[in-house]
Order: sequence, then structure tokens, then C-alpha cells
Amino acid sequence: MDTSYPIEIRHDILRGVRVAITGGTSGLGLALVRECSARGAIVAFVARTRERVERVVREIAGSHGIVGDVAKKEDIHPIALQILARLGGVDVLVNNASSLGPTPLVLLADTECEAFEDALATNVLGPFRLTKALLGALAASARDGRGACVVNVSSDAAINPYPTWGAYGTSKAALHHMTRIWNEELIDEGVSFISVDPGDMDTPLHALAVPDADASALKRPETSAREVVDRIEQALTDSGRTAVDASAMNLQNLADVA
Amino acid sequence: MIAASVPIQRAHHAKLLVIDKNAWIIHAPRSSFADFLRRFDIVVANDAATLPASLAGFHAPTGEALEVRLAGSRSLDGDDVSHFVAIVFGPGDFRTRTENRLLPPRLRRGDRLALGPLCAIVERTLDHPRLVALRFEGSSASIWEGISQHGRPIQYAHVHTPLALWDVWTPIAGAPFAFEPPSAGFMLDWKTVASIREHGADFATITHAAGISSTGDDALDRRLPFDERYRISAATAHALCRAKNNGGRIVAVGTTVVRALEHSALINGTVRAGAGIATQRIGAATPLRVVDAIVSGTHEPGTSHYELLRAFVDDATLRRAADELDARDYRTHEFGDSIFIERRLRCAARAKPAERLLAA
Repeated sequence: MDTSYPIEIRHDILRGVRVAITGGTSGLGLALVRECSARGAIVAFVARTRERVERVVREIAGSHGIVGDVAKKEDIHPIALQILARLGGVDVLVNNASSLGPTPLVLLADTECEAFEDALATNVLGPFRLTKALLGALAASARDGRGACVVNVSSDAAINPYPTWGAYGTSKAALHHMTRIWNEELIDEGVSFISVDPGDMDTPLHALAVPDADASALKRPETSAREVVDRIEQALTDSGRTAVDASAMNLQNLADVA
Repeated sequence: MIAASVPIQRAHHAKLLVIDKNAWIIHAPRSSFADFLRRFDIVVANDAATLPASLAGFHAPTGEALEVRLAGSRSLDGDDVSHFVAIVFGPGDFRTRTENRLLPPRLRRGDRLALGPLCAIVERTLDHPRLVALRFEGSSASIWEGISQHGRPIQYAHVHTPLALWDVWTPIAGAPFAFEPPSAGFMLDWKTVASIREHGADFATITHAAGISSTGDDALDRRLPFDERYRISAATAHALCRAKNNGGRIVAVGTTVVRALEHSALINGTVRAGAGIATQRIGAATPLRVVDAIVSGTHEPGTSHYELLRAFVDDATLRRAADELDARDYRTHEFGDSIFIERRLRCAARAKPAERLLAA
């Protein structure tokens, strides 16, 4: 057995990390807000419905709720501005908000063009625009040794051509490929991009797609959230971030200010 | 020069006028900016995102319309967003030239200003009818939401169409603390950043709360730039030190970067990590301790931006450059063309740090 490198179990990698999560009031997004907060991250989340945002803010102390719709071009910069203002920057962006497209699910040939556009707006254009708006802050985090990564929540429908999942599958395939291109292009900036397939979860989105599914046979979103956050921690570790170094840097800054 | 009136950050035909350290003038496409860099140079840009700092509304006591332009804050902490210094205009908007804007109604301490979803209280009237200290009511979350949704970027009459936030959001934008865009950074797309590294140079950022560039009032304009907060990360301070030690030049993208780095170096000649408030004015008599070159927009004589350029190069060379800018149809203002000026060597700049301190 190779024991030439130290095996280290770290539980503080996410402590103080500034995380932004879209679609943060239900399903996987809500589970991610809870998981990241529980591991010590400072979390801002985005969702469309004010009442839901306020409810999650009340539930998770210290979380920052932002009302906005990533599918709307006009909402992107106000969202980005509030994320950056509330967190003081951003180290991790999770593009989780998703649209299933037309429900009940229909054949691609029966999909209205407008419904197809809506799926692309939420699942591709929204993540593209928000990532672009936050990229300066993410690259600055990387240069500052904090690490930086973007997680795009994909699906096995991005790979497998499931009938009636056309709008969703096509848009997730585009998101998946976009993630890979971002990652290639921004490797020198120190920003890594991850595409994750969280599996079939017991979420409102899955219930919309498959109303008669056996919920007990589906994965719990909390389980997927733990896996996704593990991958975020791995990405931050791979990028050279250590929680100890980051806090030391902050202390140094505070000392200089004082 | 021609006023650039269309909000395109990186026009394909953008030009760059270069003044090298021998005061020679070179004309180049701005896309070739990185070709003027050398190994070990470091390019430093201001990564402050731009607030939509223009807030339309009305003066509650009189019902008169007004426009508030946020111009200074007391902190770069996102939780401390309630207090601002602001310039207030009467009815109208950016389509009226700033110098022709009406005065606001007489503002008194305690007056309420209704600004869309925001409510601001005049905390203090300062020493000019347009200048006040404001306090927004509500939580920091509601204030940020109100500013981001109701505010518009500050703009001037030379740009005819209303600016959207994305028009002034630089590719490298981070924390939103600039009141007007650090527009020299418009030229920096990610290809340019990669090109900087390919030339063996480094790239770093600071965050500097760039203030407003014009108030429409001569007396107030003479006081520009107002005090501006900045923050320099440990990584950037380290990178600057490394570049200097390797004989590289510090190339500032924009006047705000010059102001922050030179302010930070006032104490011992080196840039320190941390936060500060740039209070100094930079002009012909200012010895530059840190910055070796600036890339900036083109500026008109008499503005504080132009005054800052005089710290880099003598007036005769600047006049020669102005003639060239006119003759070759360079475009001015924030969406215009750029200049790159390398500082001429001077006795003060070559002095040892201790001697420089004494000279200061």
C-alpha cells in the first residue's frame, strides 16, 4: 500500500467559503443551502418567490436570500450585484435552478417553441449570464488563494435521449458541454467548472416530470447535496485552497487595516 | 477628439496611443496592448463592479422630482450600506448636460427622499446645495435589493441611450463599490488577460470605489476626486512586490489604481495589503513611488484624470499627445480609445525609499 502521502480528513474546507446557489428554496438547491451552511460556508441563494426566500432565510441563520429569476436577462446583474455585495465576493457558484420545460412532458415534436426557449433560458442562458457576471469575482478568489469553482447541475438526460424529455435533455446537454468548455478555457485563471448529475431525486421537479413515481425509491436530495458539496470541497482542495491559509490571509488583512 | 457616444466596451477598432519612457508616441490597435508589456511586468486593474448609483425619486416635503447620485460610502463592508455621500440634482435626467441640471429643492436635515422602493433621510447637508450625507432606512438586504433594482448607472449626456448595468459591468468586475465604472478596465477581456500572461507578465486586481467624475458645478468639480475607499489583497501586494524585485514595471489600468497604489505606498514606499482611503490628489508635482505606467482613457485638460497623467509625463509631451489624439480622431470618454503612458524617469522616482520619504 502506498503510504507516501498523508491521508488527511478535512472538515473545515468550506468554512468561510462564499457560496452562491440558484434555485435555493426547494429540492436539491435547498438541500445544498443547508449542507453548505452546515459545513461553515457563507451562503447566498437565489429564487423567484419572495415568500419562499424569506422562509429559508428564517430557517437557516446567516444565509442571504435574493429574489430573482435567472431566466430573465434583466435580473442577472441585480442578482450578481446582490451576491457580491452580501458575500463580499464569491468563491463557489452553483447553477442549480432548472426548468423541466413543458409539463406534462411532451414529445419534442409537440413542444412549443416558446416552451423550448423557456427551458434554454433557465438551464443554459441563465447559468451562462450569471457565470459571466460573476467570473471577475471568481477569478479574483482564485488569485487570492481562496479557490474558485462553478458547479452546474446536469442530469443523465443530458447524455441519454429520453423520449418526452427533449427540452430539458437538450438544454442540460448544452449546459454540460458549456461546463466542459468553460473549464478548458479558464484553467489558467484558476476557476474550475464541474458538471454534476445528482441522480433521480425526490424533488418537486421530479414530481412534475413523473407524477406517479414511487418517491421512496428515489434518492433523497440531502444525499445528493452531500455528494455535490464533497465534490466542491475536492475542487477547492485541488485548486490549492486550504482553509487555514485562507483564514490566515484574512487575519493578515485585518491586521493591516488595524 | 470625438465623444464616444455608444456604450460598447471593446470596440474592434479601438485605438491605443502609447507614450514610451523616452516620450516617443506610437499608435497601435488597443487589442495589441499586451505587446507593449515585458517579462515580469504586472498589470493591475480595478475590479470594483459599478453600482447603479443614480436613483430617481422625489423630495417628500415638497413633492419635487430629483435625482440622487451616490458618490461615497463609509465602508467597503456589504453589511454597512446605509450611509452615503450623494450629489442631488433637481428634475431631469442624464439627457441634460450635467452643468445645466437644475438644483434640487432646498434640502434640510431630516428630509425624506422617496427613491423607488428606497427611503433615504438627509442626515446632514454639506457645504454645497447639491451635496448631502444620506442614510437609507431598512436592512442591508433591502437596501441592496432596492439599489440593484431601482438604480441606474450614472451617465452623462454624451451617451444618448439609457445605460443598463451590463453596459458598465467590466469583465473582471467583483464587489460592487464603484460609483462610476472603472472604465479603463473596459478594455480587459479574458483574451487580453491571457495575452498578458503569455508575454510573461502578471495580472492582479485591487478594489477601489471609483467616485463620480463630474458634478456639473465648478466649485464641486474642483474638489474631485472625492476620498475613495480601496482594498488591496495580500496576494496582489505580494505579486506587486515580486514584480518590483524582478525588475518588472507596475502597469496601472486606470487612474483609480494609480491613486490606490500610490496612497498605499505613502508610508514606506511599498504597497501594503489591506484597506485604505485614498485622499490625495495626484498631479505634476507628485512623485510616483510605485506605478511605472498607466493605461487609461483619453482625458480632457483640466479634469482630475488629466492632472494625474501629468505625474507620468511632462506637459509638452501631453500637449503633443493631445494634438495626435485630435489629428487621428481618437474617441474620448469612458467608451472611447485608450492611452498607455510610461513614466519618465525622474530624480525623485529614482531616489532611495528613505530619501523619497524625506522628500515627501
